[in-house]
Amino acid sequence: MMIWVNQIVQGILLGGYYAVIACGLSFMFSVMRIINLAHGSLAIVAAFGLYVLADQFGFDPFGALIVVLPAMAVIGWVLQRTILERSQRGGMLVPILSTFGLSIVIDNLLFEHFGADTRSLAPYIDELSWDSWQLTDDIAIGKLAAITFVTAVVILGGLQLFLTRTQLGRAIRATAEDPDTVGLIGINARRVNAAAAAIAMLTVGIAGAFLGMRATFDPYAGGPQLIFAFEAAVIGGAGSLWGTLIGGIVLGVAQSIGAQINPQGFLITGHVVFLVVLLARLHVDQIGTRFRKTVRRSA
Amino acid sequence: MSLLEIRNLDVRHGLLQAVRDLSLSVEKGETVALVGANGAGKTTLLRTVAGAHMPAGGSVVFNGIDITTVPAYRRVGLGIALVPEGRRLFGQMSVEENLVLARSAGRRGDWTVEHVLDAFPNLKPRRHAKAGNLSGGEQQATAIGRALMTNPDVLILDEVSLGLSPLAVDRVYASLQSLIGGGTTIILVEQDLRRAMRVADRIVCMLEGRIVLEGKRGEISREQVSEAYFGLGSDKGRVHA
Repeated sequence: MMIWVNQIVQGILLGGYYAVIACGLSFMFSVMRIINLAHGSLAIVAAFGLYVLADQFGFDPFGALIVVLPAMAVIGWVLQRTILERSQRGGMLVPILSTFGLSIVIDNLLFEHFGADTRSLAPYIDELSWDSWQLTDDIAIGKLAAITFVTAVVILGGLQLFLTRTQLGRAIRATAEDPDTVGLIGINARRVNAAAAAIAMLTVGIAGAFLGMRATFDPYAGGPQLIFAFEAAVIGGAGSLWGTLIGGIVLGVAQSIGAQINPQGFLITGHVVFLVVLLARLHVDQIGTRFRKTVRRSA
Repeated sequence: MSLLEIRNLDVRHGLLQAVRDLSLSVEKGETVALVGANGAGKTTLLRTVAGAHMPAGGSVVFNGIDITTVPAYRRVGLGIALVPEGRRLFGQMSVEENLVLARSAGRRGDWTVEHVLDAFPNLKPRRHAKAGNLSGGEQQATAIGRALMTNPDVLILDEVSLGLSPLAVDRVYASLQSLIGGGTTIILVEQDLRRAMRVADRIVCMLEGRIVLEGKRGEISREQVSEAYFGLGSDKGRVHA
Protein backbone atom coordinates (compact mmCIF):
# COMPACT_ATOMS: atom_id res chain seq x y z
CA MET A 1 0.00 0.00 0.00
CA MET A 2 2.64 2.49 1.09
CA ILE A 3 4.53 1.89 -2.09
CA TRP A 4 1.62 3.31 -4.10
CA VAL A 5 1.37 6.33 -1.84
CA ASN A 6 5.08 6.83 -2.36
CA GLN A 7 4.72 6.58 -6.13
CA ILE A 8 1.97 9.20 -6.08
CA VAL A 9 4.05 11.54 -3.91
CA GLN A 10 7.04 11.12 -6.21
CA GLY A 11 4.77 11.62 -9.22
CA ILE A 12 3.48 14.89 -7.82
CA LEU A 13 7.04 16.10 -7.28
CA LEU A 14 7.98 14.99 -10.79
CA GLY A 15 4.95 16.98 -11.96
CA GLY A 16 6.59 20.08 -10.53
CA TYR A 17 9.51 19.53 -12.87
CA TYR A 18 7.19 19.02 -15.83
CA ALA A 19 5.38 22.24 -14.91
CA VAL A 20 8.71 24.09 -14.92
CA ILE A 21 9.56 22.89 -18.42
CA ALA A 22 6.00 23.37 -19.69
CA CYS A 23 5.30 26.87 -18.41
CA GLY A 24 7.44 28.65 -21.03
CA LEU A 25 5.74 26.67 -23.78
CA SER A 26 2.31 27.39 -22.34
CA PHE A 27 3.09 31.08 -21.78
CA MET A 28 4.30 31.53 -25.35
CA PHE A 29 1.23 29.80 -26.73
CA SER A 30 -1.24 31.73 -24.61
CA VAL A 31 0.17 35.22 -25.17
CA MET A 32 1.79 34.97 -28.59
CA ARG A 33 -0.13 32.10 -30.21
CA ILE A 34 3.18 30.44 -31.05
CA ILE A 35 3.93 26.76 -30.56
CA ASN A 36 7.67 26.77 -30.07
CA LEU A 37 9.03 23.38 -31.12
CA ALA A 38 12.58 24.55 -30.30
CA HIS A 39 11.50 24.78 -26.64
CA GLY A 40 13.28 21.58 -25.54
CA SER A 41 16.43 22.36 -27.50
CA LEU A 42 16.61 25.83 -25.97
CA ALA A 43 16.37 24.28 -22.49
CA ILE A 44 19.35 22.09 -23.44
CA VAL A 45 21.23 25.22 -24.58
CA ALA A 46 20.68 26.68 -21.10
CA ALA A 47 21.82 23.40 -19.50
CA PHE A 48 25.02 23.39 -21.58
CA GLY A 49 25.59 27.05 -20.70
CA LEU A 50 25.38 26.19 -17.00
CA TYR A 51 27.58 23.15 -17.53
CA VAL A 52 30.35 25.18 -19.20
CA LEU A 53 30.23 27.81 -16.46
CA ALA A 54 30.39 25.13 -13.76
CA ASP A 55 32.95 22.89 -15.44
CA GLN A 56 35.37 25.49 -16.77
CA PHE A 57 34.86 28.48 -14.53
CA GLY A 58 33.93 26.78 -11.28
CA PHE A 59 30.51 28.43 -10.96
CA ASP A 60 27.87 26.93 -8.70
CA PRO A 61 24.97 26.01 -11.07
CA PHE A 62 22.53 28.17 -9.10
CA GLY A 63 24.95 31.09 -9.18
CA ALA A 64 25.59 30.57 -12.88
CA LEU A 65 21.91 31.30 -13.51
CA ILE A 66 22.78 34.97 -12.95
CA VAL A 67 24.70 34.77 -16.22
CA VAL A 68 22.57 32.25 -18.10
CA LEU A 69 19.11 33.71 -17.42
CA PRO A 70 19.85 37.16 -18.89
CA ALA A 71 21.50 35.41 -21.84
CA MET A 72 18.34 33.33 -22.35
CA ALA A 73 16.22 36.49 -22.19
CA VAL A 74 18.37 38.05 -24.90
CA ILE A 75 18.03 34.88 -26.98
CA GLY A 76 14.24 35.14 -26.59
CA TRP A 77 14.21 38.78 -27.67
CA VAL A 78 16.39 38.10 -30.72
CA LEU A 79 14.42 34.96 -31.58
CA GLN A 80 11.17 36.92 -31.62
CA ARG A 81 12.57 39.76 -33.70
CA THR A 82 14.41 37.59 -36.23
CA ILE A 83 12.42 34.37 -36.61
CA LEU A 84 9.08 34.21 -34.79
CA GLU A 85 7.73 37.63 -35.78
CA ARG A 86 8.59 37.10 -39.43
CA SER A 87 7.26 33.58 -39.63
CA GLN A 88 4.07 34.51 -37.79
CA ARG A 89 3.17 36.84 -40.63
CA GLY A 90 2.87 33.72 -42.78
CA GLY A 91 0.13 32.25 -40.59
CA MET A 92 -0.14 30.00 -37.57
CA LEU A 93 1.65 26.99 -39.10
CA VAL A 94 4.81 28.73 -40.27
CA PRO A 95 6.21 29.33 -36.74
CA ILE A 96 5.79 25.60 -36.06
CA LEU A 97 7.91 24.78 -39.09
CA SER A 98 10.51 27.46 -38.43
CA THR A 99 10.94 26.52 -34.76
CA PHE A 100 11.18 22.86 -35.78
CA GLY A 101 13.98 23.83 -38.16
CA LEU A 102 15.56 25.92 -35.43
CA SER A 103 15.56 22.95 -33.04
CA ILE A 104 17.43 20.84 -35.60
CA VAL A 105 19.99 23.61 -36.07
CA ILE A 106 20.46 24.01 -32.32
CA ASP A 107 20.76 20.26 -31.69
CA ASN A 108 23.39 19.83 -34.37
CA LEU A 109 25.38 22.91 -33.37
CA LEU A 110 25.47 21.56 -29.82
CA PHE A 111 26.51 18.14 -31.11
CA GLU A 112 29.30 19.67 -33.19
CA HIS A 113 30.62 21.59 -30.24
CA PHE A 114 30.08 19.23 -27.31
CA GLY A 115 30.02 15.81 -28.98
CA ALA A 116 27.85 12.88 -27.99
CA ASP A 117 28.87 12.64 -24.31
CA THR A 118 26.10 12.85 -21.77
CA ARG A 119 26.60 15.51 -19.14
CA SER A 120 24.97 16.39 -15.85
CA LEU A 121 25.04 19.29 -13.45
CA ALA A 122 24.57 16.88 -10.52
CA PRO A 123 28.31 16.70 -9.69
CA TYR A 124 28.37 20.44 -9.14
CA ILE A 125 25.59 20.65 -6.58
CA ASP A 126 27.09 18.16 -4.10
CA GLU A 127 24.66 16.35 -1.79
CA LEU A 128 21.65 18.27 -3.05
CA SER A 129 21.48 15.92 -6.02
CA TRP A 130 20.76 12.89 -3.82
CA ASP A 131 19.88 14.14 -0.34
CA SER A 132 16.34 13.73 0.93
CA TRP A 133 14.01 14.18 3.87
CA GLN A 134 12.76 10.89 5.31
CA LEU A 135 9.07 11.33 6.05
CA THR A 136 8.16 7.77 7.03
CA ASP A 137 9.94 4.47 6.61
CA ASP A 138 8.57 4.18 3.10
CA ILE A 139 8.43 7.76 1.88
CA ALA A 140 11.34 10.10 1.32
CA ILE A 141 11.24 13.42 -0.44
CA GLY A 142 14.25 14.39 -2.50
CA LYS A 143 15.49 17.88 -1.68
CA LEU A 144 16.09 18.76 -5.31
CA ALA A 145 12.64 17.48 -6.28
CA ALA A 146 11.08 19.59 -3.53
CA ILE A 147 13.01 22.67 -4.64
CA THR A 148 11.88 22.03 -8.21
CA PHE A 149 8.25 21.78 -7.17
CA VAL A 150 8.41 24.97 -5.10
CA THR A 151 10.12 26.71 -8.03
CA ALA A 152 7.29 25.64 -10.33
CA VAL A 153 4.72 27.15 -7.98
CA VAL A 154 6.77 30.33 -7.61
CA ILE A 155 7.29 30.73 -11.37
CA LEU A 156 3.63 30.11 -12.22
CA GLY A 157 2.39 32.33 -9.39
CA GLY A 158 4.92 34.98 -10.32
CA LEU A 159 3.85 34.94 -13.96
CA GLN A 160 0.21 35.17 -12.90
CA LEU A 161 0.94 38.19 -10.69
CA PHE A 162 3.10 39.74 -13.38
CA LEU A 163 0.35 39.42 -15.98
CA THR A 164 -2.35 40.91 -13.76
CA ARG A 165 -0.48 43.47 -11.66
CA THR A 166 2.14 45.11 -13.85
CA GLN A 167 1.73 47.46 -16.78
CA LEU A 168 3.92 45.27 -19.02
CA GLY A 169 1.91 42.21 -18.00
CA ARG A 170 -1.36 43.93 -18.87
CA ALA A 171 0.16 45.09 -22.15
CA ILE A 172 1.14 41.49 -22.92
CA ARG A 173 -2.42 40.30 -22.27
CA ALA A 174 -3.92 43.12 -24.33
CA THR A 175 -1.53 42.42 -27.20
CA ALA A 176 -2.47 38.75 -27.09
CA GLU A 177 -6.13 39.73 -27.39
CA ASP A 178 -5.91 42.39 -30.09
CA PRO A 179 -2.46 43.25 -31.47
CA ASP A 180 -3.85 45.89 -33.85
CA THR A 181 -5.67 47.92 -31.25
CA VAL A 182 -2.88 48.19 -28.65
CA GLY A 183 -1.05 50.56 -31.01
CA LEU A 184 -3.96 52.98 -30.75
CA ILE A 185 -3.38 53.39 -27.02
CA GLY A 186 0.35 53.84 -27.29
CA ILE A 187 1.63 50.28 -26.90
CA ASN A 188 4.35 49.04 -29.21
CA ALA A 189 3.10 45.53 -29.96
CA ARG A 190 6.45 44.38 -31.39
CA ARG A 191 8.29 45.36 -28.24
CA VAL A 192 5.68 43.76 -26.01
CA ASN A 193 5.92 40.48 -27.90
CA ALA A 194 9.71 40.55 -27.78
CA ALA A 195 9.51 41.10 -24.00
CA ALA A 196 7.07 38.18 -23.70
CA ALA A 197 9.47 35.95 -25.65
CA ALA A 198 12.31 37.03 -23.37
CA ILE A 199 10.23 36.13 -20.31
CA ALA A 200 9.33 32.74 -21.79
CA MET A 201 13.02 32.06 -22.38
CA LEU A 202 13.82 32.99 -18.77
CA THR A 203 11.60 30.13 -17.66
CA VAL A 204 13.25 27.88 -20.25
CA GLY A 205 16.61 28.75 -18.67
CA ILE A 206 15.32 27.67 -15.26
CA ALA A 207 13.92 24.50 -16.81
CA GLY A 208 17.34 23.76 -18.33
CA ALA A 209 18.97 24.16 -14.91
CA PHE A 210 16.65 21.65 -13.22
CA LEU A 211 16.92 19.25 -16.15
CA GLY A 212 20.70 19.32 -15.83
CA MET A 213 20.68 18.90 -12.05
CA ARG A 214 18.16 16.07 -11.77
CA ALA A 215 19.31 13.97 -14.73
CA THR A 216 21.72 13.78 -17.62
CA PHE A 217 21.53 15.50 -20.96
CA ASP A 218 23.21 15.40 -24.33
CA PRO A 219 22.86 17.57 -27.45
CA TYR A 220 19.81 15.62 -28.65
CA ALA A 221 17.98 15.55 -25.30
CA GLY A 222 15.71 18.45 -26.25
CA GLY A 223 13.15 16.33 -28.12
CA PRO A 224 11.94 14.25 -25.18
CA GLN A 225 11.80 17.36 -22.96
CA LEU A 226 9.64 19.07 -25.58
CA ILE A 227 7.28 16.10 -25.57
CA PHE A 228 6.91 16.14 -21.76
CA ALA A 229 6.40 19.89 -21.79
CA PHE A 230 3.87 19.59 -24.58
CA GLU A 231 1.96 16.80 -22.84
CA ALA A 232 1.83 18.67 -19.54
CA ALA A 233 0.65 21.85 -21.27
CA VAL A 234 -2.06 20.05 -23.24
CA ILE A 235 -3.33 17.98 -20.29
CA GLY A 236 -3.57 21.17 -18.22
CA GLY A 237 -5.37 23.05 -20.96
CA ALA A 238 -3.00 24.89 -23.27
CA GLY A 239 -2.50 28.46 -22.26
CA SER A 240 -3.66 28.20 -18.66
CA LEU A 241 -0.83 28.79 -16.19
CA TRP A 242 -2.17 26.92 -13.15
CA GLY A 243 -3.54 24.29 -15.51
CA THR A 244 0.05 23.69 -16.53
CA LEU A 245 0.94 22.71 -12.95
CA ILE A 246 -2.02 20.35 -12.80
CA GLY A 247 -1.09 18.95 -16.21
CA GLY A 248 2.46 18.36 -15.02
CA ILE A 249 1.25 16.60 -11.89
CA VAL A 250 -1.17 14.38 -13.84
CA LEU A 251 1.63 13.41 -16.21
CA GLY A 252 4.11 12.82 -13.40
CA VAL A 253 1.72 10.72 -11.32
CA ALA A 254 0.70 8.68 -14.38
CA GLN A 255 4.33 7.94 -15.19
CA SER A 256 5.22 7.01 -11.62
CA ILE A 257 2.26 4.68 -11.27
CA GLY A 258 3.00 3.20 -14.69
CA ALA A 259 6.56 2.49 -13.60
CA GLN A 260 5.28 0.73 -10.49
CA ILE A 261 2.97 -1.50 -12.53
CA ASN A 262 5.71 -2.44 -14.93
CA PRO A 263 9.34 -1.29 -15.11
CA GLN A 264 8.74 -0.44 -18.79
CA GLY A 265 5.52 1.41 -18.01
CA PHE A 266 6.95 4.83 -17.16
CA LEU A 267 6.81 6.52 -20.55
CA ILE A 268 3.96 4.56 -22.06
CA THR A 269 1.54 5.36 -19.22
CA GLY A 270 2.33 9.06 -19.52
CA HIS A 271 1.68 9.02 -23.26
CA VAL A 272 -1.53 7.02 -22.82
CA VAL A 273 -2.90 9.47 -20.25
CA PHE A 274 -2.01 12.35 -22.57
CA LEU A 275 -3.84 10.73 -25.48
CA VAL A 276 -6.85 9.85 -23.33
CA VAL A 277 -7.14 13.45 -22.11
CA LEU A 278 -6.71 14.78 -25.64
CA LEU A 279 -9.35 12.44 -27.10
CA ALA A 280 -11.68 13.10 -24.18
CA ARG A 281 -11.39 16.83 -24.83
CA LEU A 282 -12.27 16.30 -28.47
CA HIS A 283 -15.19 14.01 -27.77
CA VAL A 284 -16.58 15.36 -24.55
CA ASP A 285 -18.85 17.75 -26.43
CA GLN A 286 -20.05 15.02 -28.77
CA ILE A 287 -20.71 12.63 -25.90
CA GLY A 288 -22.47 15.38 -24.02
CA THR A 289 -24.72 16.14 -26.96
CA ARG A 290 -25.50 12.46 -27.56
CA PHE A 291 -26.25 11.95 -23.87
CA ARG A 292 -28.61 14.90 -23.82
CA LYS A 293 -30.37 13.60 -26.94
CA THR A 294 -30.79 10.13 -25.39
CA VAL A 295 -32.17 11.62 -22.22
CA ARG A 296 -34.62 13.72 -24.18
CA ARG A 297 -35.74 10.72 -26.28
CA SER A 298 -36.30 8.50 -23.25
CA ALA A 299 -38.11 11.25 -21.38
CA MET B 1 -0.53 77.09 -37.46
CA SER B 2 -3.21 74.44 -37.39
CA LEU B 3 -3.03 71.65 -34.85
CA LEU B 4 -3.61 69.03 -37.53
CA GLU B 5 -2.88 69.54 -41.19
CA ILE B 6 -3.72 66.88 -43.77
CA ARG B 7 -2.26 67.62 -47.21
CA ASN B 8 -3.17 65.89 -50.46
CA LEU B 9 -3.74 62.58 -48.71
CA ASP B 10 -4.20 59.41 -50.76
CA VAL B 11 -5.05 56.16 -48.99
CA ARG B 12 -5.59 52.80 -50.64
CA HIS B 13 -6.94 49.44 -49.57
CA GLY B 14 -5.23 47.34 -52.21
CA LEU B 15 -6.72 48.46 -55.50
CA LEU B 16 -9.48 50.49 -53.89
CA GLN B 17 -8.66 54.12 -53.34
CA ALA B 18 -10.54 55.12 -50.22
CA VAL B 19 -9.23 58.66 -49.78
CA ARG B 20 -8.36 60.81 -52.81
CA ASP B 21 -6.12 63.87 -52.68
CA LEU B 22 -7.78 65.09 -49.51
CA SER B 23 -6.64 68.19 -47.64
CA LEU B 24 -8.07 69.29 -44.31
CA SER B 25 -6.83 71.32 -41.40
CA VAL B 26 -8.13 71.35 -37.86
CA GLU B 27 -7.50 74.20 -35.44
CA LYS B 28 -6.80 73.79 -31.76
CA GLY B 29 -9.99 73.62 -29.70
CA GLU B 30 -12.19 72.99 -32.71
CA THR B 31 -14.84 70.29 -32.98
CA VAL B 32 -15.08 68.94 -36.51
CA ALA B 33 -17.80 66.52 -37.59
CA LEU B 34 -17.13 64.28 -40.58
CA VAL B 35 -20.30 63.18 -42.33
CA GLY B 36 -20.87 61.12 -45.43
CA ALA B 37 -22.40 57.91 -46.68
CA ASN B 38 -20.97 54.47 -45.93
CA GLY B 39 -17.81 53.95 -47.96
CA ALA B 40 -17.09 57.66 -48.29
CA GLY B 41 -13.69 57.13 -46.67
CA LYS B 42 -14.34 58.68 -43.25
CA THR B 43 -13.08 55.77 -41.19
CA THR B 44 -10.08 55.30 -43.46
CA LEU B 45 -9.22 58.98 -43.12
CA LEU B 46 -9.41 58.84 -39.33
CA ARG B 47 -7.43 55.59 -39.13
CA THR B 48 -4.74 57.14 -41.32
CA VAL B 49 -4.51 60.15 -39.03
CA ALA B 50 -4.16 57.78 -36.07
CA GLY B 51 -1.54 55.71 -37.87
CA ALA B 52 -3.51 52.48 -38.19
CA HIS B 53 -3.23 52.81 -42.00
CA MET B 54 -0.29 54.11 -43.95
CA PRO B 55 -1.12 56.54 -46.77
CA ALA B 56 -0.06 56.01 -50.39
CA GLY B 57 0.60 59.70 -50.84
CA GLY B 58 0.34 63.10 -49.19
CA SER B 59 1.27 64.04 -45.67
CA VAL B 60 -0.11 64.45 -42.17
CA VAL B 61 1.39 67.21 -40.03
CA PHE B 62 0.51 67.38 -36.34
CA ASN B 63 1.67 70.17 -34.05
CA GLY B 64 4.20 71.13 -36.71
CA ILE B 65 5.68 67.61 -36.88
CA ASP B 66 5.37 65.54 -40.05
CA ILE B 67 3.92 62.25 -38.74
CA THR B 68 3.12 60.65 -42.09
CA THR B 69 5.40 57.65 -41.46
CA VAL B 70 5.26 57.60 -37.66
CA PRO B 71 3.75 54.33 -36.31
CA ALA B 72 0.43 54.47 -34.44
CA TYR B 73 1.80 53.81 -30.96
CA ARG B 74 4.11 56.83 -31.21
CA ARG B 75 1.36 59.10 -32.49
CA VAL B 76 -0.50 58.41 -29.26
CA GLY B 77 2.55 59.70 -27.44
CA LEU B 78 2.41 62.84 -29.56
CA GLY B 79 -1.21 63.44 -28.57
CA ILE B 80 -3.50 61.74 -31.09
CA ALA B 81 -6.10 59.35 -29.69
CA LEU B 82 -8.57 57.37 -31.78
CA VAL B 83 -11.70 55.74 -30.43
CA PRO B 84 -12.02 53.10 -33.14
CA GLU B 85 -15.20 52.00 -34.81
CA GLY B 86 -16.62 49.00 -32.98
CA ARG B 87 -14.88 50.16 -29.76
CA ARG B 88 -12.24 47.42 -29.83
CA LEU B 89 -11.94 47.00 -26.08
CA PHE B 90 -9.86 44.24 -24.54
CA GLY B 91 -12.86 42.10 -23.63
CA GLN B 92 -11.07 39.73 -21.28
CA MET B 93 -9.79 42.59 -19.15
CA SER B 94 -11.65 44.73 -16.62
CA VAL B 95 -12.81 48.28 -17.28
CA GLU B 96 -10.12 49.59 -14.98
CA GLU B 97 -7.43 47.53 -16.71
CA ASN B 98 -8.55 48.84 -20.09
CA LEU B 99 -8.23 52.38 -18.78
CA VAL B 100 -4.93 51.85 -17.00
CA LEU B 101 -3.40 50.28 -20.11
CA ALA B 102 -3.66 53.60 -21.93
CA ARG B 103 -1.10 55.04 -19.50
CA SER B 104 1.46 53.20 -21.65
CA ALA B 105 1.44 56.22 -23.95
CA GLY B 106 3.34 58.02 -21.23
CA ARG B 107 1.34 61.23 -21.47
CA ARG B 108 0.63 62.68 -18.07
CA GLY B 109 -2.26 65.05 -17.62
CA ASP B 110 -5.61 65.62 -16.00
CA TRP B 111 -7.14 62.33 -17.06
CA THR B 112 -6.88 59.58 -14.48
CA VAL B 113 -9.04 56.54 -13.81
CA GLU B 114 -10.96 58.49 -11.16
CA HIS B 115 -11.50 61.42 -13.49
CA VAL B 116 -12.80 59.14 -16.28
CA LEU B 117 -15.18 57.45 -13.84
CA ASP B 118 -16.43 60.87 -12.78
CA ALA B 119 -16.99 61.82 -16.41
CA PHE B 120 -18.81 58.54 -17.13
CA PRO B 121 -20.65 57.78 -13.87
CA ASN B 122 -22.32 54.72 -15.43
CA LEU B 123 -18.91 53.01 -15.37
CA LYS B 124 -18.43 53.39 -11.63
CA PRO B 125 -20.26 50.22 -10.57
CA ARG B 126 -18.70 48.33 -13.50
CA ARG B 127 -15.12 49.22 -12.67
CA HIS B 128 -13.99 45.64 -12.08
CA ALA B 129 -16.31 43.97 -14.61
CA LYS B 130 -14.88 42.39 -17.73
CA ALA B 131 -15.14 44.86 -20.61
CA GLY B 132 -16.62 42.10 -22.78
CA ASN B 133 -19.62 41.79 -20.44
CA LEU B 134 -20.62 45.45 -20.55
CA SER B 135 -23.60 46.91 -22.37
CA GLY B 136 -22.93 48.77 -25.63
CA GLY B 137 -23.19 52.18 -23.97
CA GLU B 138 -20.86 51.18 -21.16
CA GLN B 139 -18.39 49.79 -23.68
CA GLN B 140 -18.46 53.00 -25.66
CA ALA B 141 -17.88 55.03 -22.51
CA THR B 142 -14.94 52.78 -21.65
CA ALA B 143 -13.51 53.17 -25.15
CA ILE B 144 -13.74 56.96 -24.94
CA GLY B 145 -12.34 56.90 -21.42
CA ARG B 146 -9.46 54.72 -22.59
CA ALA B 147 -8.61 57.24 -25.30
CA LEU B 148 -8.87 60.12 -22.80
CA MET B 149 -6.45 58.34 -20.46
CA THR B 150 -3.73 59.13 -23.01
CA ASN B 151 -4.43 62.83 -22.36
CA PRO B 152 -4.69 63.58 -26.07
CA ASP B 153 -4.39 66.94 -27.82
CA VAL B 154 -6.89 65.71 -30.37
CA LEU B 155 -9.57 63.11 -29.73
CA ILE B 156 -10.85 61.25 -32.78
CA LEU B 157 -14.19 59.49 -32.41
CA ASP B 158 -15.33 57.05 -35.08
CA GLU B 159 -19.07 56.35 -35.05
CA VAL B 160 -19.58 56.57 -31.31
CA SER B 161 -23.31 56.07 -31.63
CA LEU B 162 -23.15 52.93 -33.78
CA GLY B 163 -25.19 50.12 -32.25
CA LEU B 164 -26.24 52.11 -29.19
CA SER B 165 -29.75 52.79 -27.95
CA PRO B 166 -30.88 56.43 -28.34
CA LEU B 167 -30.67 56.81 -24.57
CA ALA B 168 -27.08 55.56 -24.49
CA VAL B 169 -26.17 57.89 -27.34
CA ASP B 170 -27.60 60.83 -25.39
CA ARG B 171 -25.54 59.87 -22.40
CA VAL B 172 -22.33 59.57 -24.44
CA TYR B 173 -22.93 62.94 -26.06
CA ALA B 174 -23.71 64.54 -22.72
CA SER B 175 -20.26 63.49 -21.57
CA LEU B 176 -18.70 64.67 -24.82
CA GLN B 177 -20.33 68.06 -24.40
CA SER B 178 -18.25 68.72 -21.31
CA LEU B 179 -15.10 67.79 -23.25
CA ILE B 180 -16.05 70.14 -26.06
CA GLY B 181 -16.75 72.87 -23.53
CA GLY B 182 -13.38 72.18 -21.95
CA GLY B 183 -11.57 73.02 -25.19
CA THR B 184 -10.51 69.54 -26.28
CA THR B 185 -9.96 69.31 -30.03
CA ILE B 186 -12.33 66.69 -31.40
CA ILE B 187 -12.85 65.09 -34.79
CA LEU B 188 -15.87 62.86 -34.93
CA VAL B 189 -17.79 60.78 -37.42
CA GLU B 190 -21.52 60.88 -36.86
CA GLN B 191 -24.27 59.40 -39.00
CA ASP B 192 -26.96 61.43 -37.32
CA LEU B 193 -26.76 64.74 -39.19
CA ARG B 194 -28.83 66.69 -36.72
CA ARG B 195 -26.63 65.63 -33.84
CA ALA B 196 -23.46 66.35 -35.85
CA MET B 197 -24.67 69.86 -36.65
CA ARG B 198 -25.52 70.47 -33.02
CA VAL B 199 -22.16 69.53 -31.46
CA ALA B 200 -19.65 70.51 -34.15
CA ASP B 201 -18.11 73.89 -34.94
CA ARG B 202 -17.53 72.76 -38.48
CA ILE B 203 -19.09 70.14 -40.74
CA VAL B 204 -17.02 68.33 -43.34
CA CYS B 205 -18.94 66.18 -45.80
CA MET B 206 -17.12 63.41 -47.65
CA LEU B 207 -18.14 61.58 -50.80
CA GLU B 208 -16.09 58.89 -52.55
CA GLY B 209 -12.88 59.82 -50.78
CA ARG B 210 -13.12 63.56 -51.30
CA ILE B 211 -14.42 66.52 -49.33
CA VAL B 212 -17.46 67.80 -51.20
CA LEU B 213 -18.73 70.31 -48.69
CA GLU B 214 -17.17 72.05 -45.75
CA GLY B 215 -18.52 74.86 -43.63
CA LYS B 216 -19.00 76.29 -40.16
CA ARG B 217 -22.09 75.53 -38.19
CA GLY B 218 -24.75 78.06 -39.01
CA GLU B 219 -23.19 78.87 -42.34
CA ILE B 220 -24.39 75.73 -44.10
CA SER B 221 -27.85 74.29 -44.03
CA ARG B 222 -29.02 70.73 -43.48
CA GLU B 223 -30.27 70.69 -47.05
CA GLN B 224 -26.86 71.58 -48.41
CA VAL B 225 -25.26 68.82 -46.35
CA SER B 226 -27.93 66.32 -47.42
CA GLU B 227 -27.33 67.10 -51.07
CA ALA B 228 -23.58 66.80 -50.69
CA TYR B 229 -24.06 63.59 -48.70
CA PHE B 230 -25.74 61.92 -51.66
CA GLY B 231 -23.65 63.71 -54.29
CA LEU B 232 -26.57 65.72 -55.62
CA GLY B 233 -25.33 69.26 -55.14
CA SER B 234 -22.01 68.98 -56.91
CA ASP B 235 -22.52 72.21 -58.85
CA LYS B 236 -22.59 74.19 -55.65
CA GLY B 237 -19.05 73.29 -54.80
CA ARG B 238 -17.38 74.00 -51.51
CA VAL B 239 -18.67 76.53 -49.09
CA HIS B 240 -15.65 78.15 -47.57
CA ALA B 241 -15.94 79.32 -44.07
